[in-house]
Amino acid sequence: MMKIKTFLFIVCMAPFIVSAAPLEMELDKAPVDISDNASLQRGAESFVNYCLTCHGASFMRYNRHRDIGFDEKEILERLVQTGQKVGDLMESAMWKKEGEEWFGVVPPDLSVIARSRGADWLYTYLRTFYRDDSTVTGWNNLVFDRAAMPHVLYQLQGEQKLVVKTSDSGEQKSLVLDKKGELTAAEYDKFAGDLVNYLVYLGEPHANARKSIGLMVMIFLLGMLVLSYALKREYWKDIH
Amino acid sequence: MADSFSINDEMSGRRKFLVAATSVAGGIAGAAIATPFLLSMMPSERAKAAGAPVEVDISKLEPGMLIMVEWRGRVVWVLNRTPEMLATLKKVEGELADPNSEKDQQPEYARNSTRSIKPEILVTEGICTHLGCSPVFRKDIAPADLGPDWLGGFFCPCHGSKFDLAGRVYKSVPAPTNMVVPPHVYLSDNRLLIGSDSKESA
Amino acid sequence: MSNRLNSMTEWIDKRFPLTSNWKAHLSEYYAPKNFNFWYYFGSLALLVLVNQLITGIFLTMNYKPDASLAFASVEYIMRDVDYGWLIRYMHSTGASMFFVVVYLHMFRGMMYGSYRKPRELLWLVGMAIFFVLMSLAFTGYILPWGQMSYWGAQVIVSMFGAIPVIGDTLSQWLLGDFTLSDAALNRFFAYHVVTLPLVLIVLVFVHILALHEVGSNNPDGIEIKANKNPKTGIPVDGIPFHPYYSVKDIVGVVVFLMVFCGIIFFAPEMGGYFLEHNNFIPANTLQTPDHIAPVWYFTPYYSMLRAVTVNFLWIDAKLWGVILMAAAVVVFAFLPWLDRSPVKSIRYKGPIFKFALTLFVISFLVLGWLGMKSPTPLYTLLAQIFTVIYFAFFLFMPWYSKIDKTKPEPKRVSK
Repeated sequence: MMKIKTFLFIVCMAPFIVSAAPLEMELDKAPVDISDNASLQRGAESFVNYCLTCHGASFMRYNRHRDIGFDEKEILERLVQTGQKVGDLMESAMWKKEGEEWFGVVPPDLSVIARSRGADWLYTYLRTFYRDDSTVTGWNNLVFDRAAMPHVLYQLQGEQKLVVKTSDSGEQKSLVLDKKGELTAAEYDKFAGDLVNYLVYLGEPHANARKSIGLMVMIFLLGMLVLSYALKREYWKDIH
Repeated sequence: MADSFSINDEMSGRRKFLVAATSVAGGIAGAAIATPFLLSMMPSERAKAAGAPVEVDISKLEPGMLIMVEWRGRVVWVLNRTPEMLATLKKVEGELADPNSEKDQQPEYARNSTRSIKPEILVTEGICTHLGCSPVFRKDIAPADLGPDWLGGFFCPCHGSKFDLAGRVYKSVPAPTNMVVPPHVYLSDNRLLIGSDSKESA
Repeated sequence: MSNRLNSMTEWIDKRFPLTSNWKAHLSEYYAPKNFNFWYYFGSLALLVLVNQLITGIFLTMNYKPDASLAFASVEYIMRDVDYGWLIRYMHSTGASMFFVVVYLHMFRGMMYGSYRKPRELLWLVGMAIFFVLMSLAFTGYILPWGQMSYWGAQVIVSMFGAIPVIGDTLSQWLLGDFTLSDAALNRFFAYHVVTLPLVLIVLVFVHILALHEVGSNNPDGIEIKANKNPKTGIPVDGIPFHPYYSVKDIVGVVVFLMVFCGIIFFAPEMGGYFLEHNNFIPANTLQTPDHIAPVWYFTPYYSMLRAVTVNFLWIDAKLWGVILMAAAVVVFAFLPWLDRSPVKSIRYKGPIFKFALTLFVISFLVLGWLGMKSPTPLYTLLAQIFTVIYFAFFLFMPWYSKIDKTKPEPKRVSK
């Protein structure tokens, strides 16, 4: 009897253990730490400078960035675009129609992009652009074939080109730096890491509060468990 | 033993204590769960952003002209009073319910004879203190419907309340108090910020 | 103080049956004393229902059932409304946990024969609750208007199109448009927040009334009412629900809340199973996501829908899939009449039933797992095999439950 129970319990939990379908390409692990305010602040400034011209984050308000250690003055000076107020949403400066004309698609809103794509995908995506003359933009990407977005960060990263090695085990794609950028490879990785870290924060700005409230709730429930179990034991003494 | 249980009518001390302790813990849990639900009904970040202080440029506000500004979904009037209009304030004082603005309907800096920071510029919520209608600006003197003593002011069409050109209420009308002067501050000579009394929150 | 309380109770009792109901349903409702782990899930289902109702009401205060605003209004709740994220996660986690609890509750019934005489109606009401719950989950899942909401609903509604002759008209009637659009979102919102919750509450009430009429089953599957104390008329193996099971259920509630809060606060997406990644992309009527699958609790039925690949008896494969899927849910309702075993509980049933039930659970889980995967020839074959096993469990039950070697039931419940 016990054996059946344990067995069934294990199979019941199986759906939760089964991992997601394997991806075509191994993704690099993004250095995500949403409690690292310094990294989030760097990421926020990069986001405003490089992404916000085309993409919006239109579910996010500027003044929300007090979460990551900015005060209102810093938010105004370092993040808010001219003509906007501190309580405004981070809307894109570009008209949707223009975007469609320039890129063929409207650049997606990035508010929850980290929740749909995942941090690792974004981190890999930002670092695997390469020169490809066969595409409209002149750029291609290892994880997003024929992405509509050109490599807007190439001045920082430099230009990469694709090298394909064919061996018995199949094709192996790798990227080599062709033209140097303003940043070294390590610096660029850190830049992309901060940006992705910020995107993760952007996807769920309350995540830190969620975890700290959760900790208190769990401690309370633990106490409640001890109490309620003692109460149950006390009453069930009556049952023979 | 026929019965499988025996109820203790007299609860033991331990049992009493555990029931009380669990009830208290359950009560705390209930209150803790209710809190976020009740807080979720407070004005949201969007409402707060929309209700942020409003900046008004009054450089083009001619004497005798009134503009309406929306702040927190309510109408705020900014009226540039002429010297003649200001002169009426003294004349009507005898007919007013609270001529010296003793009731707390204005910030301290507007508790004066003109109910304003700058004497000529009146800033007041355009809302009747009776039941929330928006009164009409009637600057015509002695019109047929308001009688020969009318020197200009605000008239509420809903229930006939009357206010003078400083938003002070007349005696024996339904409205109980003077109109509310919202917090406001001059950022510069011609830039008025409504909704805050400090220049910081611009 | 206690005198005042007594006279107040007396005042109420003359006008409303307060004390008599308290007794009938709590302090003098006698439940078998041998309930085990599996008996927590009934009260937990009630807890999750209350959670869904309250969080749901608060979500409607800020949600907008409009195709152009719905997605943004959900993010508005998550960011701009104070503690909106908590309320939303409580609701989304509650939806999944509702199914966890209800599936375990149903499994308990199957193990201990809780559907057998005299509890057939109780079981049928429970099945009705299960159908309503599925409809609630489906209509609720559409509301965030993300990619999975949109395309998931598209697939489900297309199933009605498979019905011969009236199919197309029926699906247009359901959608109020020629395609899934604002009109459908608006009406599914009405079903989700008004119609279905009302029906659910009534059914749950009836379910509890029916239970308290026939009394609870127990892991031994014997009737405690058959053995009453001649003096008191109280079942010898029964104990008052309150305080004994109320204090026991509190422990169950606390343990459940630890799991529930653990998910809400530390893994609200539950790795993409409770909140799917693709549903964070606003619905795009022009582009289906690469991989679409329903939420985990529907996947066993979804893989049966996909398992049928051949036309058979003038009916095409698509319709067979729909029929099979519906049958897989409805077939539970026939259990009271399919089980011909002389005993109720798995404890006294023979090895064939134990084997059959284990196989059934495995096929349910494997089908669920397959439903999340993109179909490949191997997976489709597996889905077909396990679909056959799933139905065989029910269809052959009248036969194997009869020939199975059972053990005699005891007179009194065991410890």
